[in-house]
Amino acid sequence: MFSFVVRRLMVAVPTLLILVILSFVLMYAAPGGPFNSERPLPPEVLANIQAKYGLDQPFWKRITDYIWGVVAHFDFGPSFKFKDRSVNDIIAQGFPVTLTYGFWSFVLATVVGVTLGTAAAIKQNSWLDYLAVGFSVGAQVLPNFVMAPILLLVFTLWLGWLPGGGWNGGEWPYLIMPVIALSTSYMASIARIMRSSMLEVLNTNFIRTAQAKGIPMRRVILRHAMKPAILPLLSYLGPAFVGMITGSVVIDAFFSTGGIGTFFVNSAFSRDYSVMMGITILVGTLTILFNLVVDILYAWIDPKIRY
Amino acid sequence: MTFRSTLMATTAAVFTVLGGAAFADAHATHPVTGEILAADQTFTYRTLDESPSIDPGVVEDSDGGDIVRDLFEGLMNQDADGNIVPGVAESYEVSDDLLTYTFTLRDAKWSNGDPVLASDFVYAWRRAASPELASPYSWFLELMAVENVSEVIAGDMPTDALGISAPDDHTVVVKITQPLPYFPQMLTHYTTFPVPEKVVEELGAEWTKPGNMVSNGAYVLTEHVPQEKLVRERNPMYWDNENTIIEKVTSLVINDEDTALTRYLAGELDRTDIPAGQFPALQAEYPEDVMSVPNACSYYYTINLTDTTNPALLDVNVREALSLAVDRDIIVHNVLAGGQKPAYTFTHWATAGFETPETPMVSMTQAERNEKAVELMEAAGYGSDNPLSLELIYNSSSAHESIAVAVSQMWKQTLGVETTLGNEEWQVFLETRGNQDYQIARGAWCADYNEASTFLDLMQSESGYNDAKYVNAEYDALMAEAKTSDNPQVQYTAAEQLIAQDVPIIPIYHYAADKMLRHNVKGWPYNNFQQNWYARDLYIVAD
Repeated sequence: MFSFVVRRLMVAVPTLLILVILSFVLMYAAPGGPFNSERPLPPEVLANIQAKYGLDQPFWKRITDYIWGVVAHFDFGPSFKFKDRSVNDIIAQGFPVTLTYGFWSFVLATVVGVTLGTAAAIKQNSWLDYLAVGFSVGAQVLPNFVMAPILLLVFTLWLGWLPGGGWNGGEWPYLIMPVIALSTSYMASIARIMRSSMLEVLNTNFIRTAQAKGIPMRRVILRHAMKPAILPLLSYLGPAFVGMITGSVVIDAFFSTGGIGTFFVNSAFSRDYSVMMGITILVGTLTILFNLVVDILYAWIDPKIRY
Repeated sequence: MTFRSTLMATTAAVFTVLGGAAFADAHATHPVTGEILAADQTFTYRTLDESPSIDPGVVEDSDGGDIVRDLFEGLMNQDADGNIVPGVAESYEVSDDLLTYTFTLRDAKWSNGDPVLASDFVYAWRRAASPELASPYSWFLELMAVENVSEVIAGDMPTDALGISAPDDHTVVVKITQPLPYFPQMLTHYTTFPVPEKVVEELGAEWTKPGNMVSNGAYVLTEHVPQEKLVRERNPMYWDNENTIIEKVTSLVINDEDTALTRYLAGELDRTDIPAGQFPALQAEYPEDVMSVPNACSYYYTINLTDTTNPALLDVNVREALSLAVDRDIIVHNVLAGGQKPAYTFTHWATAGFETPETPMVSMTQAERNEKAVELMEAAGYGSDNPLSLELIYNSSSAHESIAVAVSQMWKQTLGVETTLGNEEWQVFLETRGNQDYQIARGAWCADYNEASTFLDLMQSESGYNDAKYVNAEYDALMAEAKTSDNPQVQYTAAEQLIAQDVPIIPIYHYAADKMLRHNVKGWPYNNFQQNWYARDLYIVAD
């Protein structure tokens, strides 16, 4: 197991490097640049800006300087758009926000999704099952950019219970709507995956044996069925977790949470190269890390899997 | 005055003052209008996005400008009508050749109590022009024609060669290289605001953070969470603090305008933008809150006049026909429906001192325009048997798309022109248009200062913003002449007539700013063409 983790971590380094180089090349290959606007800058002004941000250097120097800065100093460079701030500043401020609402969304989505999926599988073809399936289909087709304005309308405008946006250091009234809006579609997927895998497990011989032995249903589910049923879900949860904690532009845009989701998308539109790279590396690293975590969990849950 | 009457007058005055003071505690009133003020003088408004910077030397967007105007104060300010009024400068004198301006500063203070010195202005301007700061707005100092500015920006001269000096602590002298009638007007622009030399030198880029920032405006920065909010509160050191009423100003970044409207309706905001198409409905429901005022921008289609264009567009008859066939009234009233005005000139109708000239098109009805357009197209050799095909590009946005679809239908119905519409992502679009890799493209221009040349300079042959690549020596001569003219309106009229005659661009409409502004917020500068507002001029009356 230990050597497996070491091996995986060693593969992660070249994977990240390829990610960085590919993103860097693609980014600079895209037309336009961070300093283009409706009003083009005079050449002498543009020259100063390009010199300041190192854009007057040859491409190979830019990319090697960048990678060296990241590796040696953990410095992701200055933002090209937000002139008073560095990429480190932006991530340091935005990531904790995203991590907070992403984490709670994950918890909510997993707890509700797993419960709902399991209940539906146990009571297959009952009203509970139909309700659960109906809910997941509904939640799946109701994307968060539809969900968010509806929540706002109901809880802020009509009922006046919750503030319409902002973060305020993550106080709970500010957290509720982002968490609900972000978690529903994940919740639906989790419920669906859980339901089908639980159904499959419940029809296997070892469960039938357990039931035949007279073990109470509750115990059969929790003790015997849960572990194998959760395996297919695990491979979904890894990327889903990364997806949630690295933010959603929809949540950030609708609820003004100040997370990194908007920074990521806007940096692509405004060609803010350094912010785009910084967040790409962050998301890439987290994806690799959590895929590894999922693999380790697999081995822990399923004794058949050995590395 | 007898002793008795003096005594009575004094008693009356004492009672008035005491009564006034007691009354002020319960319900303060506005010192000029006498309106009863609300107890909570907090103004909260929406901005679309986080501003790239709030450093006066670097700030580049209008939302950032609104913030900087509250935090800092330059030599001149604007009043509610956009006229210049003294700021840090109490007065100024101009030399006979109109090239040297001498400003006398008042006793103003920075928020840390230090005096605002003439040298702070000198430092700020040199800093804004310096290659080290690499400010994206250093070109504004070039627009102001400050002596040696281009050389300083290019790094060919040291920053102390810049045409600004401080003979003593209360005097700033600026030298410019050509007479500019609107020069004092330009001093209300944030790039010219002072920065505290000591603080900036000590803290570097960190100086704009709350707690670090020292400013000389009516407000100081107290909180800033990027992409969420920025809070500024009254600055007790401000020279005119006693006349400031609003205590606290908060700008909230809300990317989605429908969300912002919901939050406005829920009472969380005092001001927000009206989403496209919702103006008529909101006006019917909230007539006291809806405002629509001229906004200093013009929307137009630019026609590529280089050899990479569609050859048909090099024929002026075709260009004029295309312009005539655009029914601006439909665009303004049916597509946009937000208080915009049809444009037949490039310069916005509300620009100070500008009288919209009578171009032939203005006095015609749309039916007459269409008739003439058909004639012109026929003269150019196009008709139903030989239809013209064109390409029109715009940057991806539903509003631009609606207009492009409407215009292409007008061209199709009136002239039989087949238009292929293309939308491009913003950065790609800028590159395509800047490289003249198009036939007809959307364009918009916003005034940098309130004078017609801010628009008309754009069409000069050498202008970097002239995407049509319109070249006309007569036009260039007119614009040069206007700089020293006693009545530049003459040249501006002639310039607009040249544009109408040569049609390098098709003006479509002049912008309006559509906002929801809470009805109890007073003092808004509705007549300020650039919509430059100062929170210290606002106040909130009790409901």
